[in-house]
Amino acid sequence: MTRRQASSPLDRPLERLLSSREVVIACGPGGVGKTTTAAAIAATMSVRSAAKVLVLTVDPARRLADALGVEGIGNTATLVPAAAFAAAGVRQKGQLWAAMLDTKESWDALVRRHAPDASTAARIFANPIYQNVTGRFAQSHEYIAMERLYEIHAEGAYDLVVVDTPPTRDALDFLDAPGRMADFFGSGLLRWLVAPSRSRLVSLASRPFYQVADRILGTQFLGDVAEFFLLFQSMYDGFVTRARSVGALLGEARTTFMLVTTLETVPSLEATRFAAALAERQLHLGLLVVNKVLPASFADPAAVAVAESLQGDPVGIAGALLAALPDGLAGASRVQVARVLEEVGRSFASVGLVASRQAELLAEMSGAHEVTATVPHLAADVVDLRGLLEIGRHVLDGTGT
Amino acid sequence: MTVSGLLDRRLLFVTGKGGVGKTTVAAALGMLAASRGRRVLVCEVEPKGDVAAAYECPPAGFVPREVSPRLHVMEMDTEASLREYLRLNLRVPTIGRIGPVARAFDFVANAAPGVREILTVGKLCYEVREDHYDLVVVDAAATGHIVGQLAAPVGINELVKVGAVRSQTRWMLEILEDPRSTGVCIVTTPEEMPVNEAIDLAGRLEGETGVHLAALVANRVMPELFSRGEEEIFAALADVQATAALASAVGGAPASAFQEVLEAAALAVRIRRTGAGHLERLRVAVAAAQPLVYVPYLFARADGARAVRQVADSLGEELGE
Repeated sequence: MTRRQASSPLDRPLERLLSSREVVIACGPGGVGKTTTAAAIAATMSVRSAAKVLVLTVDPARRLADALGVEGIGNTATLVPAAAFAAAGVRQKGQLWAAMLDTKESWDALVRRHAPDASTAARIFANPIYQNVTGRFAQSHEYIAMERLYEIHAEGAYDLVVVDTPPTRDALDFLDAPGRMADFFGSGLLRWLVAPSRSRLVSLASRPFYQVADRILGTQFLGDVAEFFLLFQSMYDGFVTRARSVGALLGEARTTFMLVTTLETVPSLEATRFAAALAERQLHLGLLVVNKVLPASFADPAAVAVAESLQGDPVGIAGALLAALPDGLAGASRVQVARVLEEVGRSFASVGLVASRQAELLAEMSGAHEVTATVPHLAADVVDLRGLLEIGRHVLDGTGT
Repeated sequence: MTVSGLLDRRLLFVTGKGGVGKTTVAAALGMLAASRGRRVLVCEVEPKGDVAAAYECPPAGFVPREVSPRLHVMEMDTEASLREYLRLNLRVPTIGRIGPVARAFDFVANAAPGVREILTVGKLCYEVREDHYDLVVVDAAATGHIVGQLAAPVGINELVKVGAVRSQTRWMLEILEDPRSTGVCIVTTPEEMPVNEAIDLAGRLEGETGVHLAALVANRVMPELFSRGEEEIFAALADVQATAALASAVGGAPASAFQEVLEAAALAVRIRRTGAGHLERLRVAVAAAQPLVYVPYLFARADGARAVRQVADSLGEELGE
């Protein structure tokens, strides 16, 4: 095994940044490689620093578990065996742990923690609204991801936690989820609705809202709703305090955000919106990772000229080429070679166009973040730890400020 | 049901993993159907103005606006949908946005899972039932959320035992569960995660929502560069000697420029090959019995209406008359 001759970590701005933080939150539009990038950063940091690193992933992609060499990932953190790193040709200075977010299990744990007694918890679990809430409640997924992050961080078992965020309807949802959750359970409206139902639902029937609601939804359903909130009221203080602490962690100096995107139109637009939203909330955007970047050489004027000649006179060039090669070219005729040369020229023109569009977008996106890292367009999918570490190397070493 | 019958349905939900171009495909399907003489409504379920932006027109609201002949655009607004529902069904006078009723709506919508969803799906079904349009194309929630949205009528049926809502869900389900009137279009790109989600959704869709899969759209498919024989020639070109010979055959450019040009083609070939593998997985898992529609990668500087037009054209070719 050969050790790479690395310069001091202090020369690498990203490694310095990550060494000073305890929480990295990966965010960004869907489909840009967020989960993979989070895992790659975590794996690479566990190699380079003597840190205990956890990657908390939301999307239960089996391939990622396979790539990390762990047998499925659950809510409980699993140690990625050092042997898996050895097999990928590296020796870790630290440790990599992986855990997945199980929304239902996490909600249940939250209820158990805050419920005044076991029978209240049992009644909550039995409530049909609660059963639906864990899967469908607006922001429930977003909130619980942040809640788990808070809990893991509070336990203090890890030096660095890299968390992946859920694919949200709106990429910004999870930022506001803790605040909204606190507002919601603390709202006067909720108290207004729940307080009288302690006596009897009947007394509510006179209110116009209930008259309408009852005609639409039926009493039994309203009863379930009322019971659900009544039960949740008993957890109010603990819950709201908790939600506020979760929200506060996002803004602390030990937390930084990693915005992941590609340079396609829609993702880059969303990423720009996201960066603005982080700035507005005074949250720290430490790192912008741009995936699937085409090499800048594709915009090289000399190469563009070559591609144009190949398209301009493919038959002439094919003739000259075959004349210069005594052994021929895979036994091909001049016409066949000409076809290939023309296609190569056309393909370069297409890819070059995309590359120049990407370069423009990248320039537009340089903004509030500290470090920009680009990951080249890897033609093959990342299937193993070796692939993750390669991405990590691109991100951590190939950085400019 | 053939591919060409796709636009003969009344209600099409277009979904896919975030970032695969589902809004563009929804906008293109709407444009294509309108160009074939049908009255079309394209509804954006998560109102961000992306559909209007795709047509390069100012954002639309809950009230549909005609952006070109026969083509209408609207943005879903569940609160407006509730007001319309109350006005039409319960003869409750129009309620203003302000005041406790609006807050009560927020409360119920947050508290009762499925309320926002059913108001969305209900509005769409209503437009179909009332024959306001020949076709309603929905830029729907992403694959992660579409099942929750489409399953709302079923879910509400389970939660709510009596009341107006329960009786309302019956006619909605009649529209939603009829494969001749309603279908889901799953958009994917030739990449691993989008294809995985497409396969997963296709497997769950009918069982969990009762809504049928209408088509799979493979978006941004890279063109096939070389035939098998040509690939050999291309591989031979990468040989140092061959590249040098090519450089002197063209003349006037450094060998590095040739390497760059060949690398670009090699990358395009590798991406194409990896993508083809994923689409093959999709075909084996789902598309054997379902039409798989291809939309080529747009290399040109196409954005907005121009890109939508190009996607509509290729969809039109694939779907036939």
